[in-house]
Amino acid sequence: MELLAIIGALITLAGSIFLLLGAIGLLRMPDSYNRIQAGTKASTLGTILSFAGILLIMPGWWGKLLVLIISVIITNPVSSHVLARAAHYMGVPLTKTTLVDKYREEEEYIAVKDQNNEST
Amino acid sequence: MQIKNILVATLIGFIFWVLLNNTLDPLILAIGAGLALILALLFCARCNVFSELKVTPAAFGYTFLYLGVFLVELVKSNLDVASRVITPSLPINPGIVEVKTHLKSRMGRMILANSITLTPGTLTIDIHEDTLYIHWIDVQTEDKQGATEKIVRKFEKYLEKIYG
Repeated sequence: MELLAIIGALITLAGSIFLLLGAIGLLRMPDSYNRIQAGTKASTLGTILSFAGILLIMPGWWGKLLVLIISVIITNPVSSHVLARAAHYMGVPLTKTTLVDKYREEEEYIAVKDQNNEST
Repeated sequence: MQIKNILVATLIGFIFWVLLNNTLDPLILAIGAGLALILALLFCARCNVFSELKVTPAAFGYTFLYLGVFLVELVKSNLDVASRVITPSLPINPGIVEVKTHLKSRMGRMILANSITLTPGTLTIDIHEDTLYIHWIDVQTEDKQGATEKIVRKFEKYLEKIYG
């Protein structure tokens, strides 16, 4: 029992380290999109590991923790995708070292198509 | 076909009810089953997201395989981002590339997009019919074919079996 609690605490600690690295990533990355990348990934695994650690300390909570882990896995990528898409629509600039932006071309193509539809 | 959608929605609701209540008391289970069915009938009366789901043993097997691949990729992704973040020179090489998918079903595409977001250095920005726009933290190839090979293929081969 004691041993399980120690292992659980260590796993929770590992999760917190990932969350900390995610926070550092948020500060160090040069533009919104890279920040979203750092934020999403680190927070997903960090949260899962934290919950897994709590699971070992409190085995009775497994059902609720499983629900939490599933909702984190499903909602985290969706929210980061929506943030990135909204940022791109608003014209938030990409960092200077960016190599390509295929999505810009697609957006322009859609805008032109919409204009044509309106004029006809 | 509509019955299948409602059944799957009921089952998901019921599983969540059992997990949250953490009990096997028959009365609680009966209330949960009733509630799940009512909610599924109310909110899934016309939905068709689950009709593409294949309920075969092979699909179940591939779901577990896929979960395994996904978890490995998730851990790799985190280590990758963590190492980039703590390297003083910040080795990033970002860009937005487009890739193509063979998946036809909406559910399959959604899961593919979510998986791509949670794997090393890639973030799905938008999906347009069969083209996904992906922000890649370390662009290795700008070419559509090459990017598809590198980003999509490893998940697609499993999702194809599950959703077609």
